[in-house]
Amino acid sequence: MVEIEKIQSFAISNDPKDASGCGIFGIFNTKGDLIDGNKIVSAIDIMRDRGNGLGSGYAAYGIYPEFKNYYALHLMIDDDLAKRAVEDFLERRVMVAERSGIPTRGMKNRKRPMFFVYFVLPRAQGTKAESEYMSETDADEFINKLVFFINENINGAFVISSGKNMGIFKGIGYPDEIANFFRIERYKAYCWTAHNRFPTNTPGWWGGAHPFGLLDWTVVHNGEISSYGANKRYLEMHGYKCTQKTDTEAIVYLADLIVRKHKIPIELLAKIFSAPLWEEIERMPQDQKKLYKALRIIYGRALLNGPFSILLTFKGGIMALNDRIKLRPLVVGKKDGVYYFSSEEAAIKHICSDIKDISSPDAGEPVIARLTDEAYNVYYGVQDEED
Amino acid sequence: MKRIDASNLKYNVLNDIIRRVIEEGENKIIIDGVCGQYYIGCGIAKPVEIVINGVPGNDLGAFMEGPTIIVNEDAQDGIGNTMSSGEIIIHGNAGDVLGYSMRGGSIFVKGNVGYRACIHMKAYKEDVSPTVVIGGCAGAFMGEYMAGGTLILLGLNRDKKRLTGNYLGTGMHGGAIFVRQDVDESLCSSEVLISKPDDKDMQKIITNIKKFCDLFGFDCDKIIKDEFVKITPKSKRPYGNLYIPGP
Repeated sequence: MVEIEKIQSFAISNDPKDASGCGIFGIFNTKGDLIDGNKIVSAIDIMRDRGNGLGSGYAAYGIYPEFKNYYALHLMIDDDLAKRAVEDFLERRVMVAERSGIPTRGMKNRKRPMFFVYFVLPRAQGTKAESEYMSETDADEFINKLVFFINENINGAFVISSGKNMGIFKGIGYPDEIANFFRIERYKAYCWTAHNRFPTNTPGWWGGAHPFGLLDWTVVHNGEISSYGANKRYLEMHGYKCTQKTDTEAIVYLADLIVRKHKIPIELLAKIFSAPLWEEIERMPQDQKKLYKALRIIYGRALLNGPFSILLTFKGGIMALNDRIKLRPLVVGKKDGVYYFSSEEAAIKHICSDIKDISSPDAGEPVIARLTDEAYNVYYGVQDEED
Repeated sequence: MKRIDASNLKYNVLNDIIRRVIEEGENKIIIDGVCGQYYIGCGIAKPVEIVINGVPGNDLGAFMEGPTIIVNEDAQDGIGNTMSSGEIIIHGNAGDVLGYSMRGGSIFVKGNVGYRACIHMKAYKEDVSPTVVIGGCAGAFMGEYMAGGTLILLGLNRDKKRLTGNYLGTGMHGGAIFVRQDVDESLCSSEVLISKPDDKDMQKIITNIKKFCDLFGFDCDKIIKDEFVKITPKSKRPYGNLYIPGP
C-alpha cells in the first residue's frame, strides 16, 4: 500500500479549483418505506465538487405523519420584526394547529436566517374584508395565494415549502454543512431529493438554494433556464410572482399551473417542458402529431429552453427529466422498488453498491416513479381527523 | 506494481498520489475503492498502466499521452477528453461526451455510451489519428462536429434499443464512422454520406474488432461476418456558406 500523507475526507473544504456544474440526487421508495436522511447526505456529498458552497438543500416527503392533513409551512425569517408580521398575518388567515422552530445546530461564522414550521389549515370563514383577497374555497388555491402574499409583501419572510407531510431544508453551504445545520439525520422520508449548488447567473442566497417548493411540488435543477424571461411573463399572467431571484422557481410554478390547475397529466408536462423539435413532430404518426402540435402551440411559453436536468417531486411521486437535447447529465438506478436519480453514477453506487439496473434516460424522456396504491393510502389516505 | 486505496480520498489528493507514484518509476498502479474522483490519469505522459476498481469520475484520462487505463466497471462523462495518445478500456458502460476532442490513441467500451460520443474528435495527417470502438449502443449526436479519426459502433447488446440516436454526424467534416449492420438514414444529419466500406476500411475495422474481442471476450468471426456501413462527411466545410451564400 502506498503511504497516504495528506489524507483528506470529503468533508474538508479548501478547494483550489471550482469545477462547475450543480449536482442533484434523489431517492424514491415506491413501497413507501422510509429512507434515512444520512443516506441522501452521503450520496450528494460524493458530488461535493459539483457545487461551490453557495447553496444546497434537501426535500423530504413523509416526515410529518402526525400532522399529515395540515399544510406544513416552512418559513425562513430574517428577524423578530418579520416574524411578528408573519405570525400576525397567519393568525388572521389560517388555523395554526402547531408551530415550532425547525431544529438546527449552530453554524460557525455565518449569518443565517431563522427557520420555523407552522402546521396550518385555511380558516373556514375569515372576516369580510379579509375574504375579499382570499375567498378561495379550494384549500390548495388558498395556500398558494397565501404563500405568494407572504413572499411578495412581508419583508424578511419567505415560505420555502408549503406542502402536506413534506418539507424543504436549504441554505448557503456545502451539502454536509446544510445537513448538519438542519440535522437532516433526524428525518426519515419515502422520497428525498438533494441539491449541491454552483450559482452561475443569480446570487447565492439562502432563499435561492434548491429545492424550490410550492404546495406539494419541489424541484432541484442542474443547468439554466434560458427561456426564463418568457416563462416568467407567462406565469405572471396567471398570478404567479417570481420572488426568489433565480430561474428554477419558474419550473415549480409552471408544474403547479399546468398539472394542478389545468389538470394536464405529469407525463405530458414533461413534453411541454422538453418539447420535441418541430422536425421530430413532423415524423410522428398522425394522432401523436396532433397532440404534440397542440401542446407546443398552447404551452409554447412554458417550454424550458436551455440545458437542464431536473428532479420534480409531487404528492406520492417523482419525475426526472432532461432538456430536449440532453445537455446535462442524469443517471437512473433501480433496485427492489427503490429509484435512485443522480448527476453521477458514482453517487448511486456509493449508497447502493450492488445495484445492477443503471441507465441514462434519453433527452426529454421522463422517468417517473410513484408510490404503490397501498403506500399512497398510508401517507395521503382518507382524512380522518376532521370528521 | 502499487495498490492505492482511494476510499474517501478527494480527487486532487488521489491524483497527487498517482503522479508521485509514477514519478518514482512505478509502471503499474491498481486503484481500489474509486468513487467518482475526477481527472484520474489527467495529463500523464508516461506509458504506465492504471487499473481502476470502482466508478471513476468525469474527465478520466483527459489530456493524457501514453498511459493505458483499464476501468473494471462503468465510467462517467468526458472520458479521454482531448487525450493525445494511450488507451482507455472500459469494461462497462460510459457516459456522455466520450472522446471529447480526442486527438490520438484509442478507447474501447464494452457496453453502451451516452450522448455526443466523439464530439469534435480530430486527426493530424495520416499517422496521428484516434480510434474509438463502442460495443453497445450510442446516444444522439454521435460524431457531432467530428473532424477526424475512426469511430466503430457495434451495437452488440441491441435488443429493442435503438442503435444510435438522432442527429448522427451533425456538422461532421472529417474522419469516418463505421456502424455494424445498418443505420437508419433518417437519424443522420444532412451533412453526411452513407456508403459501403472499401477493402482498406474493412482491414482497419477487422484489426480493431479483433482487439475489442480479445479484450472483452466476444466471438470476432461472428461479428465481422456482418455488413458494415460507412458514414463520412459530404464536405470538409459543411457550414462554409452558412452566413455568406456560396457559388
